[in-house]
Amino acid sequence: MSGEKDLDQLKKEAAAKAKAAALAKKQAKEQGDSAKEVTDTANEEDLAKKKAAAAAKAKAAALAKKKAQEEAETAPEAQVEEEDQDLAKKKAAAAAKAKAAALAKKKAQEEAESAPEAQAEEEDQDLAKKKAAAAAKAKAAALAKMKAQKAESDSEAQGGEEDQDLAKKKAAAAAKAKAAAAAKAKAAAMAKGAGEETGDDAKAKAAAAAKAKAAAAAKAKAAALAKAGGDAGGDDEKAKAIAAAKAKAKAAAAAKAKAAGGAKAADTPAEESKPSPNQPILDKYVKVIEEHLGKDVLEDFYINKLSKDVPTLLAKPSTYFKIAEFLKYNEQLGFDYLSELHGVDYETYMEVYVHLYSYKNSQSVALKVKLDRDNPEIDSLVSLWAGSNWPECEAYDLLGIKFKNHPNLHRIMLGEEWVGYPLRKDYEPYDVEV
Amino acid sequence: MLRTEEMLLNVGPQHPSTHGVFRLVLKIDGEIIKEAKPVIGYLHRGTEKLAEDLQYTQIIPYTDRMDYVSAMTNNYVICHAVETMMDIKVPERAEYLRVLAMELGRYCSHMLWWGTFLLDFGATTPLLYAFREREMALNLLNELSGARITFNYMRVGGVKWDAPEGWIEKVKEFVPYAREQLKGYSEFASGNEIFQSRMKGIGKFSKEDALNYSISGPSLRSTGVKWDLRKNEPYSIYDRFDFDIVTQEAGDVWSRYLVRLGEVEQSLRIIEQACEQFPSEGDIMAKVPKIIKPPKGEAFVRIESPRGEIGCYIASEGKKEPYRLKFRRPSFYNLQILPKLLEGESISNLIAILGAVDIILGEVDG
Repeated sequence: MSGEKDLDQLKKEAAAKAKAAALAKKQAKEQGDSAKEVTDTANEEDLAKKKAAAAAKAKAAALAKKKAQEEAETAPEAQVEEEDQDLAKKKAAAAAKAKAAALAKKKAQEEAESAPEAQAEEEDQDLAKKKAAAAAKAKAAALAKMKAQKAESDSEAQGGEEDQDLAKKKAAAAAKAKAAAAAKAKAAAMAKGAGEETGDDAKAKAAAAAKAKAAAAAKAKAAALAKAGGDAGGDDEKAKAIAAAKAKAKAAAAAKAKAAGGAKAADTPAEESKPSPNQPILDKYVKVIEEHLGKDVLEDFYINKLSKDVPTLLAKPSTYFKIAEFLKYNEQLGFDYLSELHGVDYETYMEVYVHLYSYKNSQSVALKVKLDRDNPEIDSLVSLWAGSNWPECEAYDLLGIKFKNHPNLHRIMLGEEWVGYPLRKDYEPYDVEV
Repeated sequence: MLRTEEMLLNVGPQHPSTHGVFRLVLKIDGEIIKEAKPVIGYLHRGTEKLAEDLQYTQIIPYTDRMDYVSAMTNNYVICHAVETMMDIKVPERAEYLRVLAMELGRYCSHMLWWGTFLLDFGATTPLLYAFREREMALNLLNELSGARITFNYMRVGGVKWDAPEGWIEKVKEFVPYAREQLKGYSEFASGNEIFQSRMKGIGKFSKEDALNYSISGPSLRSTGVKWDLRKNEPYSIYDRFDFDIVTQEAGDVWSRYLVRLGEVEQSLRIIEQACEQFPSEGDIMAKVPKIIKPPKGEAFVRIESPRGEIGCYIASEGKKEPYRLKFRRPSFYNLQILPKLLEGESISNLIAILGAVDIILGEVDG
C-alpha cells in the first residue's frame, strides 16, 4: 500500500489534507451560526471535552505532517479506508483521522507533554465547536492514546482485550453511549449545516465514521483509566490497535443503526432474541447428557449464531472424554463422525474445538474444552474416532497440546527437532544460525 | 520352510507416483507390506500462521495454493465462512458464477486425477486425453479469472470479475463436448478388463471404517454412504440444481474410480443447468465494508470439494485479521486410513491404493 508513494508526496498530501481540514473548518463557521447553536446545545454536557478536542485536532494535523514521514505505512492505509467519501468535508475528516492515528501511536510516547500545551494554546478559538465530529474524534483519539500511554504504557490495554472483564465492558458501554450522543449531535449539526447532503447514504456513513472515532477514543480512554492493573505482556501497540478497532466497529454499528432511525435500532434486539431453530436440539442434547452424566459435567452450552446455529457444548477438562464418548455411543445422539478437531491459543487458555456429525440424525454439534495454557493436556479421542489421530498430532505439533493415550503423538508437520509451537501467540522463531 | 526377512523400503518423497512430496516408509516381507508409515509435512507452509497477520481478502490467494488442482472450492470456503459470520447475502449472478467456477474446477480436478491415476497403472494415453479436456476447462476459467491454476477469483460478498462477453455460450458449448469425451473414456479405459481386475477388490474399507476415519468425498461415497454436502447441507445455490449423488457399495479402488467418473457427469449437469438459469444481469458483489471485520466469535463451515469435505474455521476478535484460521483439509483426513489399507497388501498394489485416495500434498501439509 505504501510502497508507491514517496515521502515527498506523502508530505504534500498530508499538508493538502491539513489545509482542507482548515478550510472545512472555516466554511463550517461561515455557514451559519444556526448549526453551531444546534451543536452546542446537543453537546452541552461535554462542551469542555469538545474544546479540548478541537485543539487537539489542530495539533494532530500539524503533528501528522511530521509524522507522515515516519509512519508512511499507517497513514495511507487509513486513508484508503475512507477514500470513497469524496466530499471535501469528509476528506478533511478522513485526513484528520488518519493523521491522528499515525501520530497517536508514536507521538504519544514522545509528545505526551507537549500535547496539553498545544491544546491550551488553541483553546480559545472555539470556532470548531460545531465542526465537532471530524475534529473531535481525531483529537479524542490522539488524546486517549496519549493518556493510555501515560497511565501505563504496556499491559493495560492488552489485558482488557484478552479477558472481557468488567473494565472492558464498562469501556465499551461508555464508548457506545458517547458514540450515540455524538451521533445525535452530529446528525443535528449536519442537518443544519449541510442541508443538501443530509439525505444520502454517504453522509450517514460519514457521520457514523465520525462517531465511531469518538467512540474509539472514549473507549481507549476508559480502558486506560480502568485498567491500571493490567496483566500479561505482549506488545501494547497491538493491543491498543485492537481496542480501537473494536470500539470503532461497535460504535459504527451503533451509529449506523441510529442514523438509520429509531426503528432499526429497535429491530436489532428483537432479532437477537428470536430463538434459533436449533434451540430444541441443543436442549435435547443437554437434557440427555445431564440425565446420564450428572448436572455439572458441562461448563456451558449455547447456540453459536455465527456458525450456522450449531449447538455448542463446552466441557470441563475432566469430563471432556466422558462427554465425547457419550455423544458417540448414546442411542439418541449417535455422533459417528468426527468432522474436525483443532486447537486455539486464546493467550489466557487453550481451547480444543471438535466438530462432530451424526449421520443417523443429520445433526452437528461442536464440543469445546478449555485447557490450562501452561500445561495443556487432554484425553485423546482416537479410541472413539480414529479420524482424530492426525488432527491431534497437528494440534500437538503447532500448539503444544498433549493428548493423553494417543497411540502415536508426534510432530507431524514440522518434525521432532523443531523448537517451539508456531501457532501459539507468543511464538518466537528459533534459528541456531541467527 | 523358507525363512524371509523383513526389510525397510522408502517410497518418496520424490517418487513420481506419490503426486507430490509424500513419503512412505514401508516394512516389507517379500512383496507383502507389513507396516506402512506415512511421513508428511514437506510442503507445510504455515498458511494458518501467516493468515493471522493478513486481512481476509489477502488470505484468499493462499487458499489457491492449498488444494492447487481445485482452487475455486478453497476460495469459496473462506469467503463462505466470512459471509456466514457477517450475514452477507451474495448477489445471484455472483452465486451462479461461483457455482460455474467451482464445478468447472471439480471437472478439472477429476480429469487430472483420472489421467494420472491411469498413468500410475502404466497407461500413458489417458493422461493426454484427460489433459486435453482439462486444458479447455482451464481456458474457460482463465478467461473468467485471469489465471489457470491459482485463480484468486472469489471475494467476500461475491466474485472479482464478471463473466466476459460470450463466456456463458462457450461454457454451454463445452458441456456436450466433454460429455461425449467422457463416454469415450469408459470405452477405452473403464471397460478394459485388465484395469478392472487390477482395481477390483483392493484397498477395501467398509462404511463403518470410513466414518470412523473421518473420510469424506468420493472415498466415503464409494462405501455406499449417500452423502454430499451440496445436497445434504446445501450452500450457495446448489439446491436449485437437479443432480444425483453418485455412490457405489464395494468400497474398493474400482468403486472410487466409478464414483469420480460419475461425479464428472454430475458436474457437467450442474454446469449445464447453471448456464441455462444464468441471470442476464445483476451485481457480482454484495455491498460489503471496504475493510472486512467479522464480528467477535467463531464459525466453522464445510463444503464439498472434489476431494471431500473442506472446512474453514475462523475465530475472530472483530479485527480485520482472523485471530485463528483453520482449514479442515479433506486430503489430510482421508490419508489417515492409508496405513490400514496397505497392511497385508502386495507392494504392487501400493500405487493403485494411494492413487485412489486422491491426495494433493499442498492440502495434506497445509
